[in-house]
Amino acid sequence: MNTLITAIFLFISLVILTAAIMAVTVKNIVHAALWLIASFFGVAALYMLLEAEFAAVVQVLIYVGAISILVLFAIMLTRRIDDSAAEYPSRARFWGALVLGAALFGLLLAPTLYSTPWRTVQPGQNTAISSVVQLGQAFMREYLLPFEVASILLLVALVGAVVIAFEERGRRRRVLTLAEEVALRQSEEQRTKNEEQQADGTVLTVDR
Amino acid sequence: MPNIVEAVPLSWVLILAGGLFCIGLFGALSRRSTIAILLSIELMLNAVNINLIAFWRYLEPQLVAGQIFALFVIVVAAAEAAVGLAMIIAIYRTRQTIVADEVDTLRG
Repeated sequence: MNTLITAIFLFISLVILTAAIMAVTVKNIVHAALWLIASFFGVAALYMLLEAEFAAVVQVLIYVGAISILVLFAIMLTRRIDDSAAEYPSRARFWGALVLGAALFGLLLAPTLYSTPWRTVQPGQNTAISSVVQLGQAFMREYLLPFEVASILLLVALVGAVVIAFEERGRRRRVLTLAEEVALRQSEEQRTKNEEQQADGTVLTVDR
Repeated sequence: MPNIVEAVPLSWVLILAGGLFCIGLFGALSRRSTIAILLSIELMLNAVNINLIAFWRYLEPQLVAGQIFALFVIVVAAAEAAVGLAMIIAIYRTRQTIVADEVDTLRG
């Protein structure tokens, strides 16, 4: 039975790491987002294996359901036709990032494996795993203030995202140069002046 | 009842999380598209969450603090993704690009 759990863990790890590597290396950004969804699913399965069911469900709902779709929407809204060349990293940066990531991994490998004694739960120990009920009660009791702050954070982030991404009637597509800005302002002033004159004219005709 | 604590050492889970974090770091440093950088940051946040849940399960399964912290990390990640992608869309609208190297107006 334990070997089965070990095999499941190794399989899930393989899925997570493979999908993550594909997500950061594949050229097509849409494929990268889809590989990221696969990686998120693997992490949710790992939460299930770790008996954190609520975290697994939240992972699927928020990461797979919300964040991935948000990313796909952003990709669709910002895609250029000639964008294929933009994704290629320069060779020096690729190798620099690879060396840095591998060095960090090597640095954390040794102390994790050898030097730290963890006081893990022993097999004979009577261990009650905290349930979803306890989780909800903790959110309503000792973690009430962080819970409320998190709700405010979500509200502010939502409003901020709308404000940042709001399009002013599609008028400005790019940053104008100073000359273009001046010309635009002058033409607008001219137009408002003309409209005022027309309005005066109509008022006069109505009076007569 | 068999469970993962008896079957898999804690250090394996930690190494999995560390590997995921390093993959995310590599992606955040090597990609040029800002959307891909955000994707890599999401991977790194996931690695942190794996660590929190693993410590909760292996060390203190009778307490709820580990899971609660993981859920707060997910909340902050969702807020970060929403604001970050909105900023990317706004940058694209004004500059017609999402490549991080080309958004260099403030460079001295």
